[in-house]
Amino acid sequence: MTDKTVLNDTHRALGARMVDFGGWDMPINYGSQIEEHHVVRRDAGMFDVSHMTVVDLHGARTREFLRHLLANSVDKLKVQGKALYSCMLNEQGGVIDDLIVYFLGEEFFRLVVNAATREKDLAWITQQAKAFDVEVKERPDYAMIAVQGPNARAKVIGLLAEVDHERMKKLGKFAAAAAQGPHGMPLFVARTGYTGEDGFEIIVPQEHAVALWQALAAAGVAPAGLGARDTLRLEAGMNLYGQDMDDTVSPWEANLGWTIALDEGRDFIGRNALEAQKAAGVKRVMVGLVLDDKGVLRHGQPVLTANGAGEILSGSFAPTLNKAVAFARIPVGEPGDVRVDIRGREVPVRIVKYPFVRDGQPCEGI
Amino acid sequence: MSEIPGDLKFLKSHEWARVEDDGLVRVGISDHAQGQLGDLVYVELPEIGASVQAGHGVAVVESVKAASDIYSPVSGEIVAVNEELNDKPETINEDAFGNGWIFLVRASDRGELDELLDADAYAELVENEDH
Repeated sequence: MTDKTVLNDTHRALGARMVDFGGWDMPINYGSQIEEHHVVRRDAGMFDVSHMTVVDLHGARTREFLRHLLANSVDKLKVQGKALYSCMLNEQGGVIDDLIVYFLGEEFFRLVVNAATREKDLAWITQQAKAFDVEVKERPDYAMIAVQGPNARAKVIGLLAEVDHERMKKLGKFAAAAAQGPHGMPLFVARTGYTGEDGFEIIVPQEHAVALWQALAAAGVAPAGLGARDTLRLEAGMNLYGQDMDDTVSPWEANLGWTIALDEGRDFIGRNALEAQKAAGVKRVMVGLVLDDKGVLRHGQPVLTANGAGEILSGSFAPTLNKAVAFARIPVGEPGDVRVDIRGREVPVRIVKYPFVRDGQPCEGI
Repeated sequence: MSEIPGDLKFLKSHEWARVEDDGLVRVGISDHAQGQLGDLVYVELPEIGASVQAGHGVAVVESVKAASDIYSPVSGEIVAVNEELNDKPETINEDAFGNGWIFLVRASDRGELDELLDADAYAELVENEDH
């Protein structure tokens, strides 16, 4: 049984090519994935991300619970509305999921977790929450629309109630606030995203999602499919759960060390394992690759280095760069001349620092 | 979906073959196939002079989404490839049955053409796939 978001009929009416995406019937594109990619880099595009899971946490000890649950420190969240990206680890230091947590009150935090990991996440969070007497409540009554691109914020703000304009213009990066949308619909607007562009991710009650989508379309925001979302996030250097990391990979091996807060005395799940790995030396590292020749880097292709073989995690043609880029996990150490095995042909690639693209422009050295 | 030209023959794997006036067999992929693949970004063309066997992989087309082997509908020798695809792989998206052709074969056994689907049978195959 395939799940459908409340926007399913809207996508079909737009002629979207629909695919199964972790059990959800989702639009991969509405015609051209590459054009949808460019419109987000140059103007504004919108994605239906209602398949993602919103989980509300309530209780007096919610912050204390999240200190234990997450590898990043919720103590960085001091101002109401602020958001934090974090991994949720198992005892072995493997990544159960990556998520965003919003601080909405001392007794109220909101998580947005991945769609494909929904069941295991809910089971894990619920199990861990018991000791803290925190209520874990999934919010299937919400839809979510990501509006991304250099003109995305202006186009969204134009649809909000007049009284919200100034406040929403000032909303900082990685912060969220409530606002009134078209026809007075209540919105939760977060200045976050998964494209490397500025923009908002908007959580909206399901019954208003179609009206919001149509208002955005009328304001000149172009529909974009999950295909473009994938190439945008890869160019932006953002990991995809299940492809770049999973339960068997630690954040050290997924270039997510920056999200681990080893703050004094905080006993989070997986901490002991992470510290042991760090002390022993991490054996595998995640790097960015660029292919200057023709061809496309793809998930699963072997990567040959001086220290042995690794493999490509996320790999794709990058429309902004007009060449292929990838993330790869390879043995630690000076890699020498790196090659990728593409259908039996060894093709030279360059190891680069990523992101590959930021704010519409290729990064230096790409 | 554009009209399927009646003079084409098809493999079930969505390659088309057209016998030209000079008897050479031009090969490409169907409009349905390009739609399924999405935006094409790279085409790996065969070598001119290479010998090919019917039903074997000869070229590769890559879209943003995936790489796909292109099988030759007939055995023979590659006599030309569509060099334009090196710079403009999207030509296949724009005109799969025309300017988006991929390679030209001098067939060694024209009888193999009789094994292929005709346009109506192929249209039916696509129809069934969509449901």
